[in-house]
Amino acid sequence: MPEIAVTDAEASAEERIAVADAVVLQSPGQITFDAAGPVLVQEDERVIRGGQERIFNRRHLLLPVLHEVRDRIGWISEGAANEIARVLQVPPAEVFGVASFYELFTFEDPGAADVLHVCDDTGCRIKGGEELKVALAADGRVVHGSPCLGLCEQAPAVFVQRTGQQHVSVRTATKASVDAALDGTMTVPVAPVPQSVDDLTLLRRVHDDAAQTFDGYVTTGGYEALAKAVTMPPADVVAHVGDAGLTGRGGAAFPTGFKWSAVAGEPGPRHLVINADESEPGTFKDRVIMEHDPFSLIEAMTIGGYAMGAEQGWIYIRGEYPEATRSLRSAIAEARSRNMLGDDVGGHGFTFDIELRLGAGAYICGEETALLNSIEGYRGEPRNKPPFPTTNGLFGQPTAINNVETMVNVNQIVLMGGDEYAKQGTERSTGTKLFCLSGHVNVPGVYEVTYGATLREVIELAGGVDGEMRAILMGGAAGSFIGADMLDVPLTIEASREAGFSLGSGVIMVLNDTVDFDGFVARIAKFFRDESCGQCVPCRVGTVRQGESLLRIREKGASVDAERAMLDDFAMVMKDSSICGLGHTASGAILSAIDLGLIGGAS
Amino acid sequence: MTMTERPVELRSKVTVTIDGADVDVLEGDTILDACNKAGKDTPTVCYGPTVTPVNACRVCVVELEGSRTLVPSCSRPAEDGMVVTTDSDRVDANRKMVLEFLATSSDVSQSEEIMGWLGDYGADLDRYDPETTERMTDEVKIQDDLYIRAYDRCVLCYKCVEACGEDAQWTFAIAMSGRGFNNRISTEFDVTLPDSACVYCGNCVAVCPTNALQFKTEFDLRKMGEWKPEEQTVARTVCSYCGVGCNLELHVQDNSIVKVTSPDDHSITSGNLCVKGRFGYQYVQNRAD
Repeated sequence: MPEIAVTDAEASAEERIAVADAVVLQSPGQITFDAAGPVLVQEDERVIRGGQERIFNRRHLLLPVLHEVRDRIGWISEGAANEIARVLQVPPAEVFGVASFYELFTFEDPGAADVLHVCDDTGCRIKGGEELKVALAADGRVVHGSPCLGLCEQAPAVFVQRTGQQHVSVRTATKASVDAALDGTMTVPVAPVPQSVDDLTLLRRVHDDAAQTFDGYVTTGGYEALAKAVTMPPADVVAHVGDAGLTGRGGAAFPTGFKWSAVAGEPGPRHLVINADESEPGTFKDRVIMEHDPFSLIEAMTIGGYAMGAEQGWIYIRGEYPEATRSLRSAIAEARSRNMLGDDVGGHGFTFDIELRLGAGAYICGEETALLNSIEGYRGEPRNKPPFPTTNGLFGQPTAINNVETMVNVNQIVLMGGDEYAKQGTERSTGTKLFCLSGHVNVPGVYEVTYGATLREVIELAGGVDGEMRAILMGGAAGSFIGADMLDVPLTIEASREAGFSLGSGVIMVLNDTVDFDGFVARIAKFFRDESCGQCVPCRVGTVRQGESLLRIREKGASVDAERAMLDDFAMVMKDSSICGLGHTASGAILSAIDLGLIGGAS
Repeated sequence: MTMTERPVELRSKVTVTIDGADVDVLEGDTILDACNKAGKDTPTVCYGPTVTPVNACRVCVVELEGSRTLVPSCSRPAEDGMVVTTDSDRVDANRKMVLEFLATSSDVSQSEEIMGWLGDYGADLDRYDPETTERMTDEVKIQDDLYIRAYDRCVLCYKCVEACGEDAQWTFAIAMSGRGFNNRISTEFDVTLPDSACVYCGNCVAVCPTNALQFKTEFDLRKMGEWKPEEQTVARTVCSYCGVGCNLELHVQDNSIVKVTSPDDHSITSGNLCVKGRFGYQYVQNRAD
């Protein structure tokens, strides 16, 4: 452990209490109180200094502590950072390095109690997000343009960071509704789920407010899956997940059973981490589950913990999801008080608990190893693989990382049995899939369909196209544009792959002929430029260079043909040589837009 | 933290194929080790013999059979039966692009190695329109008499961060800050070095591949047009301050010491020194005149 040498800047009393409270909240017993206020129980110096790499025992509290200071004070001062460095025994340069990585932490007083993050990304851009941003700024509000806030079915959206009050998202926002939300005179409207309950499996409870409480959840069949799971040996539960053919719904479609059996086969302690950092532009399915049916995720995780012998579960949720965070936080507390989390879960003789961690505005933290670094208190930079998280995951221990939607399927698999579950859909794409319909469809929202429905059928479910369709953005910013010729492709992993696109996280953003595609595609390029972690050269520079290329086409009169060779080179090196998926996919949408003639004045 | 490798005699042999020829290395060695053994000239920027590679630069990428993407040879452990290709068009094209990205973002003119590779791989810098191509344009930070930081030359290879931290000094005075193209190596809140935890060991300067970190002596001489490496001699000696016995390389120009380094392969220093050995040489040249 290094010596912690800090500058002369001192924290205010308020800042010191915020830091101490955050540590108490996360690690009770490390703080005592005397007349002068909180006193941190210092670790024995020799324990700290003898600690091995990465077992600096408070480092993982860095993000929670930064959040607490930001939430109470509004920003991170040098004095507060010094206090954090001292309390957590993290070098001040690293506190700064980590905090400056995240969009939601700033080092200057914002000068207002409310900071508005107005989505001007893909889905909101075509629904007036840009204009709303200008109008709110003209009103004297502190406004930042924001990447996708995961509220595309209720665009345009605003996320408000409030000092000393709960953060809030404003949906289908107008200047008036933002004002009303901040005055406290408007409650948050509930997300519409347009399908009939009879057609739903994963989404069957989201219509039902009662499911938000433990008792309500139980009366709607909740915890039946866990009760069944614990009658089987853990290995059988893993086998069911494998037999079900369940694949990851976050975008990579990796076989979940394979991951689970790998983790279960490693020596403990093991972790189960839920990737709820849903930040792919156009994606909002996980938010709907977490806001309206939080116990289904908790139950599925508990089954996962039992199956893999993982005693510690983690949910890493993006910081821009305040309502989903509150819903999960309350559900976790209630499950704990009902003995469905903790030691001897439900009297079934195994231990499992869940810790909720908040991201702070970084798309890259949805990359699984960046997410692990973020939880551990490091910058959200992806790790080089191998080794994979199944062997070297959180704190270097075996870790299964699953997406929210993937996870809640586990309840269904246990109830039906793996083989029965696998009968849904096609041979290689089993079960039901959530699609996020947004843009120019008549009834945007999350739709659940059995794998195999065609793109046309899914768009019809959403009330059909609003206007004359020009293109569809499939899979989000990391996906690609496709044209009307793809409407009859069945939405399965294999059929979409054969047709040359990816389902990704289930984004179907329909775009009609009123869209300014030059601006739309430039926004996608900006997204990757802003969200690249900057660790590897191909992505750090490539995402900038491709944006510049588009700028030359858009504003300097360069022809698409002249730029194409360079764009292809940028795409190649990002795809071939980047560390992680962000770089690998950062050029797909842009090149597909050119191929479809969407940009550069072509018609 | 590279001292935990198993002793050579306990490590088993691993055979990999490099461009069609079998090469034997030891378990724990990397593909780069195998490439070196096979006599393949592999460019590296963030790799160094004394620091753990963060494999951020990606200029050492090679093709590995069975891998969808190229892999960084500097940090990928060699496994028995791996089939590696280093001389393909795909590898060349990727290295060329990485080099173009480095040279269009930062001033790499003081890195002889990178300048050489730019030619070797046929990097075409002229196709980047200077008006619309963003570069790092930071002003030089001169905050003391020992070393300067010219971040317009920085390629963000993390070597200095590693040297300041877990690979050598355990001081952690600097870290990566910001995100993406706005990443910068920085002290907390960008405070000056004298205000930071820096102990002036200069081990960050020693590992910098582009002269972004530069001894003040060199910086001043370059400014005056008086930096003449071809006229310099290097004298190897033992540091006279304490009993550790660090070896010093005194770089001498016009009968004056202009910088001090230590051999990377020296068993005591591994290229590292402390402030006394690195900067405390003025007494040697206190001349009567």
